[in-house]
Amino acid sequence: MKIKILVLTIFYLIGSFNLSYAANSEKVDQISKNLRCLICQGQSVYDSQSDFALSMKILIQNKIDEGKNDEQIYDFLKSKYGDWIVYDPEINKNTVLLWVLPLILFVFGGILIFRKVSIK
Amino acid sequence: MVKNIKLIAVVFLVIVSFFILLKGLNKTNNYSPNLNSSNIDFNFKAKFLYSNEQTTLYELINDKDFSLINIWASWCLPCRDEHPYLLNLNSLGKLNIIGINYKDSEVNAKKFIKELGNPYSKIIVDPSGVNSIELGAYGVPETILINNKSKTILKKYIGPLDDKKLTELKMIIKNEN
Repeated sequence: MKIKILVLTIFYLIGSFNLSYAANSEKVDQISKNLRCLICQGQSVYDSQSDFALSMKILIQNKIDEGKNDEQIYDFLKSKYGDWIVYDPEINKNTVLLWVLPLILFVFGGILIFRKVSIK
Repeated sequence: MVKNIKLIAVVFLVIVSFFILLKGLNKTNNYSPNLNSSNIDFNFKAKFLYSNEQTTLYELINDKDFSLINIWASWCLPCRDEHPYLLNLNSLGKLNIIGINYKDSEVNAKKFIKELGNPYSKIIVDPSGVNSIELGAYGVPETILINNKSKTILKKYIGPLDDKKLTELKMIIKNEN
């Protein structure tokens, strides 16, 4: 009987620990998935367990609690770390080629195919 | 003729991609932050290591002409290596060196200072790491040189200080005066 209680308590503790661990709100997850973890290559802040990413998640939660919206949080982080921190780059002078080039290639390819088909 | 154009186009493309990739090889893959950004929020609140009072960065950087913000932790080995450089800089007398103790236990932090000496005029604690993020920091150690009057970042070093960075810091302070 004693063992049973002990086992149950342990399970309960583990469960409550996991719950508190996963207490990050959905909003934090959503925002941190779109942020690059700058000190770990190829990972998002959401995926990473580095000190940097953990602090970042706390910061995002704080900002949400302060009533900031997504846009304000992204802008805040961009002002600190530059555009590189967001996975979804906005269109500006430096990134215009990035956005426009696929479109140009698509149209160009379309023209090529169209011409080939119409020649036949 | 058409065949020739195609051949030239292919060769041209290959050559262009070759040079683009060659250039990419020399570029470091690590992201280097925008060190010129002078965007610091001086209003963040933090507690002192040696007292329970709260302060803002704004209050901290009031003495002297320059402030050196150093983010450190007792568990960070490179911080141990750079500590003598901080002591050296402190002996210049022109700098107000502020330590930010990053994600550390109070006991260990105090032990670290007791063991290696205290170059800092003030030490604040950042147990969650949020203050450091607000400063735009990446981790420990990190050092930021600030001009107190203009409230601008003059220089930012990610990673431990060394001889080269020390000379550079002294040069900057000399030139700014």
